[in-house]
Parts: sequence; structure tokens; C-alpha cells
Amino acid sequence: MNALLRILSVSLLFLAAGSLAQAHPHVWVTMQTELVYAPDGSITGIRHAWSFDDMFSTFATQGLESKEKGKFTREELEPLAKVNVESLKEFGYFTFATADGKKAELTDPAPGYWLDYNDQVLTLNFLLPFKTPLKAKELKVEIYDPSIFVDFAFAKDKPVQLAGAPKCKFDVVLPREMTFAEGKALSQIPAEEKNTTMAWGAQFASKILVHCP
Amino acid sequence: MPRLRALHGLLLLLFLLVMIDVAMAQPFGITRGASPSEVGGVTGWILAKQAEFYRMLSGLIRAAKADGSAAYTLLGVSFLYGVFHAAGPGHGKAVISSYLVANNETWRRGIVLSFASAVLQAVTAIIIVGVAAALLGATAKAMGDTVRVIEIASYSLILLIGLRLLWVKGWALLRAMGFKDRKHAHDLAHGHGHDHHHHHHQHDHKHDHDHDASAWSHGHAPEPSELAGRHWLKRGLTAIIAVGLRPCSGAIIVLVFALAQGLFWIGVASTFVMGLGTAITVAAIATLAVGARGLAGKLAKAKPGAGVIILRGLETAAALVIVLFGAALLTGYLASERLMGV
Repeated sequence: MNALLRILSVSLLFLAAGSLAQAHPHVWVTMQTELVYAPDGSITGIRHAWSFDDMFSTFATQGLESKEKGKFTREELEPLAKVNVESLKEFGYFTFATADGKKAELTDPAPGYWLDYNDQVLTLNFLLPFKTPLKAKELKVEIYDPSIFVDFAFAKDKPVQLAGAPKCKFDVVLPREMTFAEGKALSQIPAEEKNTTMAWGAQFASKILVHCP
Repeated sequence: MPRLRALHGLLLLLFLLVMIDVAMAQPFGITRGASPSEVGGVTGWILAKQAEFYRMLSGLIRAAKADGSAAYTLLGVSFLYGVFHAAGPGHGKAVISSYLVANNETWRRGIVLSFASAVLQAVTAIIIVGVAAALLGATAKAMGDTVRVIEIASYSLILLIGLRLLWVKGWALLRAMGFKDRKHAHDLAHGHGHDHHHHHHQHDHKHDHDHDASAWSHGHAPEPSELAGRHWLKRGLTAIIAVGLRPCSGAIIVLVFALAQGLFWIGVASTFVMGLGTAITVAAIATLAVGARGLAGKLAKAKPGAGVIILRGLETAAALVIVLFGAALLTGYLASERLMGV
């Protein structure tokens, strides 16, 4: 009977394997993020500058026409920027915000987004406005790809800036390095955060925590 | 029975591998906002290694431009990337393993299928980049669109293979469970030994193989030529195409990058070596699946009646897995890989 159970378990596992997906980073993004505040102290939007890794930058600009070989102007990159931003919509711009524990809705990027190309690196600049400007004591902004096809990391230089919110302070929480040992340790995360979801992508989330008086 | 014990070990290993896969499962596209699945430590490690190797590629391609000897390092890293890439979750190895289990193929055939599909995968990537980018100067978007068309063809084929197997294996299961079908009733009762082509160590499932061969002949008695085993490769060709047609996004990006550096041939070599690494991992997993299937066959033999039902059930389940993969991939419920934003 033991043997029969084993065979059954294998068949079940084959079925379980049906939930597989392929996922590992193919795109690396180095980001600089600015949180934009209105004069009344409410946050109005999140401005991102995402620099892609050299391989993806080369790939994305493949076949694009430019006046000067190996260089692209903002205008020449306009169609690509449009495709980039439009395809990011499906993924919620990989940006997830919560204000005092509640999900804060972001809208599609404001017009005026652009791509630039420097030293073979493509950088996408765009502003994600909040649906309604909001004030929060604790604002959390997470940037990650749940499917980890895209890997996000903050730039070393000026990773996060608050524009126009002098009384607020912020912490940048870097994504965890996944190691064999840490994989286990992660399952015993202290309950410092309330809604600790052991999310695959969230694991690699870069977080900004803003504390306002 | 040390041999049986070894098979138990294999089965356990397969179990673990599938557990890793399940841990890595991420049905993206629908769970956004919901809580994604849990993380396994091994998974994280495989992913970290894979990412590490992948990131080394761009630097090595640049280095190869100045110093030819860096090309060797590049090939080594490409190989490791391929090995780890296939060890991660992916539909290719799952479909191949399920196909082998459902068809009761031998491990040798599993290895041939794994290598053939990996080579095809490398070739499609090279053709796409070689023709589209190098010759026609196509944009990344055009290449992405091409990949999407290929994807649909590939996933449809997976679905068709699965449906066909499910039909045949499902009927075989029903018959094993006592559902009468005059044509086949005597096969089950006695079995017959036309399948001399089969490998000796697996003679215990001669009896199953009659139906396996029939998987590709409308579920009726197998054609003699099929029993002679000449057609297994022809039969497997569909599986090879279904799995190997869709190129790996990583390979395409690497090839375009190499092309931009004026080192397209180095990119081609890297792609083939990556494919070799992938094939080795897929072949290893496929061999485990065949081993598990072999063990199931042995155990089934020891239990006449129930054993056959379980065996047919296993084959039907494997066929169902292929159907589920095909359907999930085709409907976008499961995204194998994507070329984002281009």
C-alpha cells in the first residue's frame, strides 16, 4: 500500500507541477525615486528614473533609427518610451503604495515621460500621480516585479528624495539577498511588519517608508 | 532488492525536484495584489546563481572584444547559466517529462528529446536575431512580436499533444477500470509481445506499451511499423518542436548584445553552449521521471488489477499535465517568459 501511495503522490505532484511558471530576472533596473509633495504637505505622485542594464538597453534600442550611430536623442526614443510606459500599465508600474496601511491608488503616468540614453544605458523617466493626493503618517512605497522578471535596485547615489515635504523622514529598505540559508530564515521573519506576505517578488522589493508628523 | 531501493531514491529525488518547482510557482499575471506563493531556499539559491551568471555575460562579451581568451570564460559561464536556467521553473522540462511518462518512453529517448529541443531552441534564437536584427535591422519590438507568434504556435502544439495523449490514455484508463471495449479487451487480459524493440530492463511493461504506441494511431491497434520503433522519433518530433520552438528570451538578449558589440558569432557560440547546459539539466530531470515511471511499472506488475489502473492513471495524469500546461500558456495564465516593454 505504501508503494501505491507513492505512485499516487507522484501523479499528484505532476498535477501540482501544472502551476509552474518560469521566472528569473532578465532585466535589471537601477532606480532613483522622488516622492512629490504639494505645498499643503500631501503627496501627489512618485517620480521614477529607471536605468536599465546594458544588455537590455542594447536590446531595447536594437534597430532604432538615430542620426548619430550609437546615440539616441529623447525624440528618437519617444516611440520606445511610449511602448515602455504602455506595457508597464499591465504590471501596475511595479509600484505599490500603502498609506497608513491602506492601499493607495496610483494612476497612469502623467504625459511628459521620456527615455534618455547615456553611456549605453537607457533611462526611463516618468511620474505616477496618486489618484487623489493624500496625507499619511506612514507611507510605504514598494517597487518590485512579482514575477521577478525585472530586478529592481536603488541607485547608490540619491536613491530616494522627498520633494517638498520638509517635515517627513524616510527610510529605504533594501531588498533581501536571497541565499540558501536566508531562504529558511525568511520563513521566520520577526513580526515587525504587520502584513508580512512571504511574497516571491515582494521578497526582492525595494521599499521606501516615509514617516510624517 | 537494491535496484528497487535505488528507484525509490530516484522517486524521492523527483518528488523533491517537483517540490522545488512548486515552491517556485508564480502564476503571474493574475495574482498581482494577492499574496504570491512562498519561497524555498533552494529556489532562491538557483535564482541567485542564474542571475549572477547572466549578469556576468555582458561583461564577458565586452571583454571578449578586447581579449579573445575571455571568450572561453564566456562559454563556461554560458554553460553554467544554461544548467541553472533549466533547473529553475520552466514548462520545457515539465512537458518533456510528462510526455515521456505518458508515452512510457525510455530514458535514452528522453535524453534525445531533451537535447534535440534544446538545440532547436538555440537555433530559433539565432535565426530570429540573425535574420531579423543582423540582416533586416528589425527593432526589439519586431523581434518580440515574432517571438509571440512562435509562442502561440508552440503552446498550441503542446495543447494538441496533451489532448491527443489524454484522449488515448484516458480511454486506456477507462478500459483498465473495466469499461468494456471489445477491440481492446483481449489486450488487457493477455497482452501481446510485439514490442521487441523495447529495452530489456523494461520488459515488464511490454503489456503497457501496446497502448502507448497506439497513442499516435487513433487509439486503435498499433501499426506494425510503430511497434518496430522506427516512428518514436517522428512521434517525438512534435514534442521537440512544441518545446523547442520558443526561444529563450535570455538567449535573444545576449545575441543582440553580442551583435551590437560586433561579436555575433561569439553570441552564437554562447547560445549553443547555453543550450547544452539546459539540455543536460532537462535530460537529468527527464531521466528521473522515466525512472519513477519504471518503478511504477514494477510495482504495478506486483499488483495485478489495481496496478494497471494506477499505471494508466499515472499516464492519464501526465497527459493532463501537458494539457494544463498548453492551456495555461496559451491563455496567458502562465507566462513562461516575456520580453518586457519592447
